[in-house]
Amino acid sequence: MLCEQCGERPATVHYTEIVQGNKNEFHMCEVCASQKGQAAYQALAGAFSVNQLLSGLLHFDSTVAPRSDAPAPRCEHCGLTFAQFVKIGQFGCEHCYETFTEQLGPLLKRVQSSDHHTGKIPKRRGGAMTLRRELNQLRKELQVSVMEERFEEAAQLRDRIRGLEQHLHVEKQQEE
Amino acid sequence: MSLSDFLSQASSKWLRDEGPESDIVISSRVRIARNLVGHVFPMIATESDKQAVLDEVERAVKQPQVEQLGRFELLKMGSLSPVEQAVLVEKHLVSPTLLESSGSAVILRDDEEMGVMVNEEDHLRLQCLLPGYQLDAAYGLAERLDDALEETLNYSFDETRGYLTACPTNVGTGMRASVMVHLPALVLTGSIQRILSAVTHVGLVVRGIYGEGTDALGNLFQISNQITLGQSEQEILSNLHGVAKQIIDHERVARQHLLLQNKDPIEDRVCRSFGILAYARQIDSKEAMQRISDVRLGIDLGIIKGVSANILKELMVATQPGFLQTYYEHEMTPGERDVKRASMIRERLRMDQV
Repeated sequence: MLCEQCGERPATVHYTEIVQGNKNEFHMCEVCASQKGQAAYQALAGAFSVNQLLSGLLHFDSTVAPRSDAPAPRCEHCGLTFAQFVKIGQFGCEHCYETFTEQLGPLLKRVQSSDHHTGKIPKRRGGAMTLRRELNQLRKELQVSVMEERFEEAAQLRDRIRGLEQHLHVEKQQEE
Repeated sequence: MSLSDFLSQASSKWLRDEGPESDIVISSRVRIARNLVGHVFPMIATESDKQAVLDEVERAVKQPQVEQLGRFELLKMGSLSPVEQAVLVEKHLVSPTLLESSGSAVILRDDEEMGVMVNEEDHLRLQCLLPGYQLDAAYGLAERLDDALEETLNYSFDETRGYLTACPTNVGTGMRASVMVHLPALVLTGSIQRILSAVTHVGLVVRGIYGEGTDALGNLFQISNQITLGQSEQEILSNLHGVAKQIIDHERVARQHLLLQNKDPIEDRVCRSFGILAYARQIDSKEAMQRISDVRLGIDLGIIKGVSANILKELMVATQPGFLQTYYEHEMTPGERDVKRASMIRERLRMDQV
């Protein structure tokens, strides 16, 4: 058999790929296989988008797909159903994150490095969140310093934590 | 209008100016996705929903905090001709997706280094685009714009998930940082594939800028972060720095290797390409990109003298359909474009030889 790509060299690389139930077989020479790599996959699988990739992941992930006896979740704010999300790979509104939180967790772990945001917090609206994050960080440091018996440092951390807690309390009262 | 006047008027600052490491790094870009509380995402939004978002963003841009950052102008996609839209895409100022979405607009600072796409996949896509290797500066600008807009806009944000975006692949920081690099020597020496696959292991992705898949036209690649949740903006940028620096070093080594080990073939290749660009009477965009890439490599290696290095950046954009049709002021068939493209390239080469 000759290589499907160049038609010159013998096909020595064979692989089978199943995408959303469609089976594709590839037969290429080593040169073309290494050159093409993912490109061959993309060309043969048709136009490729992140959204399709996402919906592909969701279709195959039994932990993510809703059980058939459970009512399919539907976002009450924008009306998007989980089936629609799976199909288009995009949410309809900000509330979808809450509505589909159960299904989303495993997916995020797969496409992202974790399911927890550690980056920027909005400056104007995120005051309390920034404090809470700092507080969590300090509590962790406190634990470590106690474990390592660095008590002087621990005392300082404790005072900073108290200060922050008070600050946070005041913010909360102001919000209310 | 002469070509040089046209190029200086029609091109953005990132296209005209040189930046750090600009022998390899063409540009640095940071794009940040943001959405507004209380509006459905653009994909399912009605025309009036989108108009409401646009109105809110327009008001925010008129606030003093934003006006401090420069003069901004709003361009509604619907009110532009197809050629004008194409030019914006070719200058990398808007995404092709923005053109597909109705009720979409872009707000651009007059030097075009900074902009906001409105009603693309997300309500806002902030973008900063700088010449050369200036990732941190690009992020700095994007962050200032982000903070200034947030003074009056309420962003959708969740404490655990971060900035909420239409697609879960952007949630968290909502940030995509990227550098566009010219890697002719890594392609010629065949080491590009190894590097590309290695990069994916650290949460980054490399793709060809023009052309499909790994078949990069003009040896231009974009390295960007894939992960937006679970890493902070600084972590994402430092990962990208680490990898970009290594790729730049590899490319430099590969160029020296070519010059030492394969001097005759490389000189031949570069000079042939120069000859074709200087004399061709018709050329398609694929060939043009490859020849321009060769010539730029020749300039960087000192084989070609008297041609400005910026020629790659200028021509990779100016030989695209939208730009060609703007310069020659009429619509063209692809065949006609090949003729005009060749003529524009000859004219551009003559500009340097005076």
